[in-house]
Amino acid sequence: MEKITFATQLLQYFITGLTIGSIYAMVALGFIIIYNVTEIINFAQGEFVVLGGLVMVVFTVSAGLPLVIAFPATVVLVMLVGILLHRLAIRPIRKPSVLTLIIATIAASILMKGTAMVIWGKDPFDLQAFSGRDPISFLGAIIQPQYLWVIGFLILITISLSIFFNRTIIGKAMRACADNPDAASLVGINTTNMILLSFALSAAIGAIAGIIVTPIALMEYDRGVSLAIKGFGAAILGGLGSFPGAILGGLIMGTIESFGAGLISSAYKDAFALIVLLAVLFFKPSGLLGSAEISKMKRF
Amino acid sequence: MLRINKLPIAIFLAVIICFPWIAKHIPAFGNYPDLMVFAGIYCLITIGLSLLMGYAGQISLCQAAFYGIGAYVSGILTARYGMNPWLCMLLGMGISALVALLVGAPSLKLKGHYLGMATLAFGIIVFIIFNEEVEWTGGPDGMSGIPGLSLFGFQFDSVNKYYYLVWAFVFAAFIFSINIIQSRTGRALRAIHSSETAASAMGVNISRFKIIVFIYGAVLASLAGSLYAHYLNFINPSTFDLFFSIKLLIMIALGGMHQIWGAIIGAFLITFLSYEWLHFFGEFEIIVYGGILLLVTIFLPHGLAGIPGMIKGWFRN
Repeated sequence: MEKITFATQLLQYFITGLTIGSIYAMVALGFIIIYNVTEIINFAQGEFVVLGGLVMVVFTVSAGLPLVIAFPATVVLVMLVGILLHRLAIRPIRKPSVLTLIIATIAASILMKGTAMVIWGKDPFDLQAFSGRDPISFLGAIIQPQYLWVIGFLILITISLSIFFNRTIIGKAMRACADNPDAASLVGINTTNMILLSFALSAAIGAIAGIIVTPIALMEYDRGVSLAIKGFGAAILGGLGSFPGAILGGLIMGTIESFGAGLISSAYKDAFALIVLLAVLFFKPSGLLGSAEISKMKRF
Repeated sequence: MLRINKLPIAIFLAVIICFPWIAKHIPAFGNYPDLMVFAGIYCLITIGLSLLMGYAGQISLCQAAFYGIGAYVSGILTARYGMNPWLCMLLGMGISALVALLVGAPSLKLKGHYLGMATLAFGIIVFIIFNEEVEWTGGPDGMSGIPGLSLFGFQFDSVNKYYYLVWAFVFAAFIFSINIIQSRTGRALRAIHSSETAASAMGVNISRFKIIVFIYGAVLASLAGSLYAHYLNFINPSTFDLFFSIKLLIMIALGGMHQIWGAIIGAFLITFLSYEWLHFFGEFEIIVYGGILLLVTIFLPHGLAGIPGMIKGWFRN
């Protein structure tokens, strides 16, 4: 066994941080896809991640489906949940205000959490890692193959989203809704469908995050809140509404958490990310890549 | 909303005073005074929350944290250092007010969902501290040996004595809050709720009023926490978790957050639901709560206290 130096330890924290940060980045992306189109902060965002992991457990472990079928099936199912969330919890509200929308998404999140508890119970579930658990050694640090899958998926999602929003007509229509919903509907864009699509897309990214993180960190019914709040922290850290900001924010958030847990105190692991979130809110609410002007134009 | 009738308040007071006597004579109500102590403790918190959410339109998801700060300040100082409980109660309120100022001053300047997330994050941090600072708080196992209250030799040693003590505090907070609502501050709060821009154009110092209400709510929650600690003689962190903050939200959403009565109706109903009527659901009660919150938000935006107004509205049309 070779000696673990301080430098390799730091490298290890950094790699772990990037991995968990990639998950936060995906949650943050989910937040801002909905936020950009509807100006709603969906407090149930973390529940998509939990559902992704747990539904995948049913498909692969209980039903014995191969990965290539179970993965898309899980994503589609969680997308349906996302659409239902909008249909049943958000659209029926007659006079939406920031307060009622927050309360409605909180209500939806505890409903989803409760349902997950009834279906799956309170124990955490494990999933098989995509390509085994033989660790790869890199400059003395240990890398699980699943870490590479997580980082790879973040890159894949980033590329797909940027093609979708910049190159496809639907993506451009969604961006138009985000900029100005009234003007968008004047030029013939069906804003209702765009809102539904934003919930579906956001749920899909959440589900992917849940599927790929479960082999590393397990998954249980009540993980939603902490994932949501860290994802939101990542979104604000990068500047709420900015896609590159969300990714950067997520990676920074994950790294801070990993270094904080490793170097300062593992008992306060969850507190570091939250303290960063509060610090950003207090000192620079527009975030690293966000703009204060744009945030002033938002309704809520 | 502005005028609050005196008659319902008098009836309310009479019912509260007579309740232990009634409960004594109806066997099925035997443990209701005990539940009413909890209902009263929750009322203290929801009254403050109602002012913050219903009147000023700001969300807080960290009332459980202030409730916990009150309970732990009282618990630690009385059980470990033998300090005077009433002094500790005041100290807890002071500390909560200070913390509320530090957290509230920056985050209340922000818009709605930022405040929601900031208070959520703060609540979770405080919960982690309660769990991890084992030397002080006893960690997840909690701390016991918190003495009961006494005043000039009078021992609060029975459920009924605590009942009257807690409800006296509730009544004082209720009257004080009504006075706030009907004062200049109350008008400013409602102006903030309907339009922050218009309010600030009229010269209302928005963030100052929001902070005042936030602190007021924190102080009431802290007082409730101290009373809780002395009543049960035992506290542990799980009482002060995020779900309790959400439960408080459900209380005032169900009761109706735009009227102060709503805070009392909601606290009362949810206490009886969770301690008495929801046992049937066991661990699934969380689904019931989620369902209640969602249905109320969609179909009863003004809560139960808003129903008379709704019926009046139908007849007028």
